[in-house]
Amino acid sequence: MTTETRVGPLETEELISGSEAIARACALADVDVITAYPIRPYDTVMQFVSKLIANGELTCEYIVAESEHSQFEIVKHASAVGARVFTGSSGVGWFYAFEALAVTCGLRLPMVAMVGNRALDDPGAFGCEHNDALAVRDLGWLLNWAATAQDCIDTAFLAWRVAEDPRVFLPCAISTDGAFLTHSQQIVKVPDRSLVDKFLPPYDRGKFQLHPDNPITIAPQVNEDWLMEIRRQTDAAMRRARDVIIEAHQEFVDIFGRGGDPFLEEYMTDDADVVLIGMGTLALPLKVTVRRMREKGHKVGFIRVKWFRPFPGPELLELLPRFKAVGVIDRDYSLGSPLNGGVLFNEVRSIMYSAPERVPIIGFVAGLGGREITIPSTRQMFEITQKAADEGGTDQELHWIGVRE
Amino acid sequence: MATYAVEVVYRGIFQKSLSRNICRSIVLASRLEGKIGTAFGRYGDSPERNGIPAKYFAVVAGDPVELEEYLAQYEPTEVDVSIVVDDTLCKGVESWAWYGLQPINALTKPDGAVLVTSYQEPEQLKEDIHVKDQPYDLAILKGSKSFSGLWVYKDDHTDVRILGALARICPDMVGLDSYKEAILQQWGDQRKVTSAERAFERVRRSPVEPGEGNPAEPFSFDLPGWEVMEEALVIPGIEPGGGFRGGEGGFEPVRSSVFKKFSTRTMRPVVNFETCTKCTLCWLQCPDSCFDVTPDGLYDANMEACCGCGVCEDVCPVPDCITMVGEEAFSDNDSQHDHWRRDRDDYMGWLRDKIALGKSETRSHGFHHVGQYDEESQTVEVGYDD
Ligand code: SF4
Ligand code: SF4
Repeated sequence: MTTETRVGPLETEELISGSEAIARACALADVDVITAYPIRPYDTVMQFVSKLIANGELTCEYIVAESEHSQFEIVKHASAVGARVFTGSSGVGWFYAFEALAVTCGLRLPMVAMVGNRALDDPGAFGCEHNDALAVRDLGWLLNWAATAQDCIDTAFLAWRVAEDPRVFLPCAISTDGAFLTHSQQIVKVPDRSLVDKFLPPYDRGKFQLHPDNPITIAPQVNEDWLMEIRRQTDAAMRRARDVIIEAHQEFVDIFGRGGDPFLEEYMTDDADVVLIGMGTLALPLKVTVRRMREKGHKVGFIRVKWFRPFPGPELLELLPRFKAVGVIDRDYSLGSPLNGGVLFNEVRSIMYSAPERVPIIGFVAGLGGREITIPSTRQMFEITQKAADEGGTDQELHWIGVRE
Repeated sequence: MATYAVEVVYRGIFQKSLSRNICRSIVLASRLEGKIGTAFGRYGDSPERNGIPAKYFAVVAGDPVELEEYLAQYEPTEVDVSIVVDDTLCKGVESWAWYGLQPINALTKPDGAVLVTSYQEPEQLKEDIHVKDQPYDLAILKGSKSFSGLWVYKDDHTDVRILGALARICPDMVGLDSYKEAILQQWGDQRKVTSAERAFERVRRSPVEPGEGNPAEPFSFDLPGWEVMEEALVIPGIEPGGGFRGGEGGFEPVRSSVFKKFSTRTMRPVVNFETCTKCTLCWLQCPDSCFDVTPDGLYDANMEACCGCGVCEDVCPVPDCITMVGEEAFSDNDSQHDHWRRDRDDYMGWLRDKIALGKSETRSHGFHHVGQYDEESQTVEVGYDD
């Protein structure tokens, strides 16, 4: 079946899911080693990778490991010899690999992983929730969230480019909301290989490449006399990643003609009084609500956080103080955290401590376990935030939206 | 332009490729008209369970901004056409997500349509389809259930026939010419185009008035709030049960009050109580403990619990004592034993009819032997003739 439509000399258009888009990116980026272990909704990408290999459109080592732990160990080692790698998981599968996830950062082995965001298996639950990817937020993983299938393919190229930059050399996870991206097909512009080649240089580990001609030892035993320096180095790499991301985004826009700002996607924020902030596909109902509320004269806007690590602190600090109130939507939870809020809420609040003037910040926990964030529920969040703006504050800073009372 | 949404209600695994083909083709064809769309599956999980009712959706909009509303939805709030590719689903849909029974026309817009592939007449289907307080059209495209398996696709043109019928029912969404072009693009098969054209001509529509249809209240239950719900993911054990129908003698297990299997099965067993030797095998082997033991030591398959697996038919040692019959032959879930006790002759006549029906059906869920696809595809008329 051929259903690609050529829409320009260097682009075709295809009806594909977010997972399929990332599989297409693997072929276009000429990935060398892919490892897999099935867990839904991540497993959709396995199907499409297998199909591309079977159709002769992708040549790579494709290893279906016996567990997620081995899955992530194998790509980690492949990355050490200079192979461009792709892997991924979902929910508790990602957690099963946790030891490998943690050590990859200090070893500075870039890899790109797709996290098909999934609830943490409170018996069998597989709806979308962001706690899986967020669990590695302190370890040195670059983390970003896609909102559309187009984002999935675009972000994948950016991910390899940033992760494999010698100034960074860190793993990168692309979060794709389970079902809403992994199982939904949208019209996606698939670039020609020549554009991708222009944007994405070959992965070159230089003197760190494990090779018989370059005898080195990776990962010797470290103790208290070494580890703190290693952490500080990883920290420096994460800090450098900011500029690399900005640079890569700029070039992405130049070459592909789309992409927007690196860290934040702002929607109708220019003259807004009140904004909501969130990550992933919840951006879509939010934009619809912003348009509808604007038609009725409400000055509302939306900000989508694209990269969560490194956190867009400077950008938010510059942007947020001009609003009268800010609401932060978490498709995650951080139980027992300050104000019992979600992860994004606490990070946004933390960065705003440095603001010259404090605006009220309200947290919303919504859409857990794949529950839909509906248009009425987004309106409800705007109304609560607007009230805080009108009253110059609130005594309830955290709301659960859409939970059955 | 207006935005259009359709759902395809299908049987998990058996019809997954079919529903995917339909929804993808709608979006691809709409693109040829300069529109934009999305196709997505819900209810089913991957791996889907055989026969579980699942849904696939297609949404067509004029531009990407209009489409945004539909891109992160669990399912659209209403659809222009509800496509039903197995007519036994007209009885309703119970998803794995425990919502109770959703009538097949629950999402159908006022003045929208329910499009069913079926050999049944509108009056027969209306016995199953729940009443709605808004009018809609019931469209029937003659055809079989087109079940296939996990690894094979039965290309009997059901996919493109649905597209042809859609062009008739909902021409403003996508026109016939665009479907034809999208069919050629995907399959390069002129015969499939012919099938779509014939379906466009032959789909039959009849209006359904408010209040017309199955008056039964669909099975439902209240979902508890978080403060009421038992903590620690604990659910109370179910009592073992007691006598048949709560009386003395026999045995009837207590069953889940929230999860029923009214719509999960495509077939059900019918039992000949007069030839039964009371060997207990059906009762022992049924994976879902469906058999209620009657005071006279017979075994009555309870349709609240039956998933239609056919194990009881397999293990029953007496010829034709248990026979699996397609669900379309039944319009209630009543006890067969009660019927038999009430009127033996009537029951035996009823049983004979059902067995005859059961024996005339193809039972293929997928393919069971090498070469079966070739054998069956020879019986499928290419450029399908009704
Ligand atoms: S068909 Fe299966 S579930 Fe139904 S009564 Fe027979 S053995 Fe039980
Ligand atoms: S298996 Fe057949 S013969 Fe045995 S008890 Fe059941 S219905 Fe009767």
